Amino acid sequence: MSAMEWETVIGLEIHAQLSTRSKIFSGSASSYGARPNVHANLVDLGYPGVLPVLNAEVVRMAVKLGVAIDARIARTSVFARKNYFYPDLPKGYQISQYELPIVAGGALEIVLEDGSRKRIGITRAHLEEDAGKSLHEGLPGVSGIDLNRAGTPLIEIVSEPEMRSAKEAVAYMKKVHTLVRYLEICDGNMQEGSFRCDANVSVRKKGAEIFGTRAEIKNLNSFRYVEKAILYEVSRQVELLESGGRVVQETRLYDADKGETRSMRTKEEANDYRYFPDPDLLPVVLTDEFIEEIRRGLPELPDQKARRLASDYGLSAYDAGVLTSSRELAAYYEEVTQELQGEPKLAANWVMGELAASLNKEGLDIARSPISSGKLAALLRRIADETISGKIAKEVFEAMWASGKEADAIIEEKGLRQITDTAAILAVIDEVMAKNSAQLADYRSGKDKLFGFFVGQVMKATGGKANPAELTKLLKTKLPG
Amino acid sequence: MSLHKKSLAELAAGLRERKFSSVELTQLYLARIDAHAGMLNAFITVAHESALASARAADHELAAGRARALTGVPFAHKDIFCTAGLRTTCGSRMLDQFVSPYDATVVAKLKDAGTVLLGKTNMDEFAMGSSSETSYYGPVKNPWNTKLVPGGSSGGSAAAVAARLVPAATATDTGGSIRQPAALCGVTGLKPTYGRVSRYGMIAFASSLDQGGVIAPSAEDAALMLSVMAGFDPRDSTSVDTAVPDYVALLGKSVAGLRVGIVKEFFDAGLDAQNGRRVEEALALYRGLGATLKEVSLPNLPLSVPTYYVVAPAECSSNLARFDGVRFGHRCSNPRDLQDLYRRSRGEGFGAEVKRRVMTGTYVLSAGYYDAYYLKAQKVRQLIARDFRDAFAEVDMLMGPTTPTPAFAIGAKMDDPITMYLNDIYTIGANLAGLPAISIPCGFVAGLPVGLQLVGPHFAEGAILNAAHAYQRETDWHRHVPQDYA
Repeated sequence: MSAMEWETVIGLEIHAQLSTRSKIFSGSASSYGARPNVHANLVDLGYPGVLPVLNAEVVRMAVKLGVAIDARIARTSVFARKNYFYPDLPKGYQISQYELPIVAGGALEIVLEDGSRKRIGITRAHLEEDAGKSLHEGLPGVSGIDLNRAGTPLIEIVSEPEMRSAKEAVAYMKKVHTLVRYLEICDGNMQEGSFRCDANVSVRKKGAEIFGTRAEIKNLNSFRYVEKAILYEVSRQVELLESGGRVVQETRLYDADKGETRSMRTKEEANDYRYFPDPDLLPVVLTDEFIEEIRRGLPELPDQKARRLASDYGLSAYDAGVLTSSRELAAYYEEVTQELQGEPKLAANWVMGELAASLNKEGLDIARSPISSGKLAALLRRIADETISGKIAKEVFEAMWASGKEADAIIEEKGLRQITDTAAILAVIDEVMAKNSAQLADYRSGKDKLFGFFVGQVMKATGGKANPAELTKLLKTKLPG
Repeated sequence: MSLHKKSLAELAAGLRERKFSSVELTQLYLARIDAHAGMLNAFITVAHESALASARAADHELAAGRARALTGVPFAHKDIFCTAGLRTTCGSRMLDQFVSPYDATVVAKLKDAGTVLLGKTNMDEFAMGSSSETSYYGPVKNPWNTKLVPGGSSGGSAAAVAARLVPAATATDTGGSIRQPAALCGVTGLKPTYGRVSRYGMIAFASSLDQGGVIAPSAEDAALMLSVMAGFDPRDSTSVDTAVPDYVALLGKSVAGLRVGIVKEFFDAGLDAQNGRRVEEALALYRGLGATLKEVSLPNLPLSVPTYYVVAPAECSSNLARFDGVRFGHRCSNPRDLQDLYRRSRGEGFGAEVKRRVMTGTYVLSAGYYDAYYLKAQKVRQLIARDFRDAFAEVDMLMGPTTPTPAFAIGAKMDDPITMYLNDIYTIGANLAGLPAISIPCGFVAGLPVGLQLVGPHFAEGAILNAAHAYQRETDWHRHVPQDYA
């Protein structure tokens, strides 16, 4: 039986850290990178007698997400206790939402590279507190506990098992990542763990109605790991099934160094979390007015922006999707096109091409681009008005990146202005024809391919500055003799 | 009259008028505690030095004319309220060495009112018990007969007030833990409406039932204490944001025309006949004062004990999970690994009754049992609350016995938890429904005090205190002090 006969089924549980100033149930700062336990007060430490108080901002953020994915916002939602013992879980339970989450039944649309679209259902999104972390490095014989992260607000966004490939899963995760940053409810920082996911992966024979047994891969904190872990897991499960084995329901960890997943605990070893409504917290009751006010305050969302960009600027759905993957990138792109007053496709190609590649190479985000939108527009204007060719423009771009100078200054300094003067180009053509009489004879006897040779020679002689269109036109009249 | 027989209001007034100083008063009560507390085992911690320091500071304030409601008045806290700098044990080995870094809201409020804290009273471990026998620090004894229990879990507070070792004490009531010991010790015990007094800093047993309150000789004293203790607290989401009246000012109104419901289910087969007779006599007195008495039924009330013993252990099993030997509290010596640390720290730190309830609670919340126990209990709880609501559509308050019997012998019920639990059969309903209730002394059976319970609608503390006060103006049961402590 071949792998082609298997279908992959993936559901993601995304944990996004809400970017509030304080924690979900205490006044401690919710920040990253401080010395251990600096941001842990008595509530975070679970001291006897202390009580949680819900941070209202967390509720606003969850509702923002809910209305943005067109979900139902629960008029009454309830916090529950998830009970288990662990050293970095100070109270012996995590406050989470269980039976009555604040958000249920939404959806997001993903666009794949081939332009196809797919709707991914979102089962629910619920609020919860993060745990602390255990420290082992540099502590021989003991474990340290850092509770700075304990009580940090998270929203867990649970998808339907509707993704059918690792690529779809990554596209969905990126879409959620884009959305939470548009909504300004999560900074999306994956290295710091602000945005991470668990992937539920199973396989079944194509056409089968029931799902196969799934494995849950925990704590994936990069798009690349999500893709690699799913691909590994799918092949592991297919191999297992094809060799007559059985997939067991379990939690697995992805080892990025080895590129494989390994078992963490099986279903039998799983905790009975003994969920029950937290009696220390009242149900969260929301009014229609509150929800409507948040809906009215939503920014332009990625899908709306992508549709607008596609129709206003004639972009493909995929390009529009890439350009709207962050609010900042879309804003940059729109500034360039507005400055240029036209040439939206040229602008799209440069923003997604040269600029994106350079940013990526240096690990910068668009906000820290050394070339501002105005400067890039000035460069592209010189392509549009034929002062320089696209090829020369790349050279100018590199110089701009390195020096921070304006495009025009670089063009003048380096004498890169395109030669469009017919007489000047003709003079060079004459020179080239004279130097290469053998090739000219061959061309004239029918070797059409040599046309390119003459283009190249003229470009070389002009330092690439001859206007390519003008040159082609002139060569076509001169070469035949 | 000797100072220790004066009411809280009289003491506060005497201090303001500088008839005696707070230091004198504090020394008097500390001397009484030193003389008697050992026998009664009513205190876990006595704070001689800090009490005298507070008293000196209070005298300074009094001299400067800056007296607040209770400036210079001594009192005690049940050892369940966290007190910064003074150890808070909750009656458990688990917290034997625990010193809280912060004050409970109730502690801060009483401190701000100018009170002098004499010490922390003994109690059932983590407030789990009806006899104050489950304390790690040994059983509390009933001042009326030291072979008997004082009731629980606030037995230390009730015994200390009954023996006039303190003018008043805080207490908590999860399933009768203020009213039952108040009844058994012949003092007044008020459990306010759930949400009336902040739970912040009150070590949690069962969060949806726990409510802080007060034990004092009289309803008037309780009213004075409650006026200081009550109020919305932004640190407790379940505290209710309604204004706190001056409960003392609400006293003194006539009870003529008061509609009193006599709960049929309170007069069941379990009620001791003589105990019942004292209650009947009290009801007759109310009738004489112009109240109208009417029998009402709370049909689901007989289910309150089993309902309570599902809900309370469920919450306690989770609330007590934080005592894991990691950050505070008892830690076993030389743990081999994490599991060993958990098992031995908790195994050594908790007593038998706490373990019983943690296990019961864990069981009723477990997969496969949750619906049958916890969820079902929550539904019955709603029915019980509805029964009370229906009754209050017809009457202004309910009255009946606080307990089925007077105090029982130490050790008599320790091996039989079900019989022990049934001691709270008349009190638990008010906890499940979140209602305010008070127990006041209404006579004696064979030399032991009997309690009358008054239960009101939500936030009717003023009304039940007034009705209790009206009774106490006509009787002197609340002035009786056991002979050895007179």
